Amino acid sequence: MAVELDLKGEVCPYTFVKTKLKLEELESGEELCVTFDHAPAVENVPRSLKNEGHKIMGIEQKGEHLWIVRIRKA
Amino acid sequence: MLGGFNEEQIRRYSRHIILPEVGGKGQKKLLSSKVLCIGAGGLGAPIIEYLAAAGVGTLGIIDDDTVDLSNLQRQVIHGGNVGKPKAESAKQFVNNLNPDIEVKTYIERLNANNVVDLFNEYDIVVDGSDNFATRYLVNDACVITDTPLSHGSIYRFEGQVTTIIPHKGPCYRCLFEHAPPPGMVPSCQEAGVLGVLPGIIGVIQATEVVKYLLGIGEMLTGRLIYYDALNMTFDEIKMRWNKQCPVCGEQPKITSIQEEIYGDSCRIW
Repeated sequence: MAVELDLKGEVCPYTFVKTKLKLEELESGEELCVTFDHAPAVENVPRSLKNEGHKIMGIEQKGEHLWIVRIRKA
Repeated sequence: MLGGFNEEQIRRYSRHIILPEVGGKGQKKLLSSKVLCIGAGGLGAPIIEYLAAAGVGTLGIIDDDTVDLSNLQRQVIHGGNVGKPKAESAKQFVNNLNPDIEVKTYIERLNANNVVDLFNEYDIVVDGSDNFATRYLVNDACVITDTPLSHGSIYRFEGQVTTIIPHKGPCYRCLFEHAPPPGMVPSCQEAGVLGVLPGIIGVIQATEVVKYLLGIGEMLTGRLIYYDALNMTFDEIKMRWNKQCPVCGEQPKITSIQEEIYGDSCRIW
């Protein structure tokens, strides 16, 4: 069961900052599902997370302005 | 709250948290760290300014002087506070900049009687003092209490800066065993100083403190940067541990802080 983080209403760079802080609370290999409604975050956050070694397991569009990014912690 | 940070802290420290070398964990280390600043003058001003901005949780500031109009040419944190104790003025600046920081002020002179207890309360000491007696007292007390030290000093257009991790590298006395004879080196008051100079040296000191607290990068240990503002050069002087060093050598002569050593020359014999 993945940990969830709702970042609706949040914009860059805090989308990444908050995702990163949440990931720091998890164990290596654990999964985190983050919900965004800020379109640039869907490109920016996965790119920044990959730079830190985390794995993007999937990006799912849930609505016109709603995405869920699934991350596995490095 | 996320990762122990409130909304304001997440925004305030976001540019740190984004850095892979810092992150939330590093920022928490800074917030739980205690740094003692010797002096809130030319060097102290930028040191205090940047350590407070970085979120170093506890800043001790010891200075027995008051703000003079002639200080404001370089001591950028004391605006509007002429006549106030520098430690209090610095505290006011820090409180305005970052309410996360606890400031402990000591409006007194660092001396042989208060130095050891004071240093034992802090993780690292930053020396922004302007005289040899204090400089040697700080170095010796850091070695004796095993407290890391960032050393900086300035003169006219020149500055020097190094980091001392006692017993893991050379100390200030390894390089300069004792102070020059009294009266040989004029003070800033007599010699003048370019206003931006302490900014450069002090910010290098603050950089070293932040790196030390985070445990990242290569420290300026065993090396002394010599900066010349007129020629805009940074030279690096290698420092070696001196086995005969009177404080950190194999058979140290200074094993406790004795008041009589810290006169004009800081000689011990």
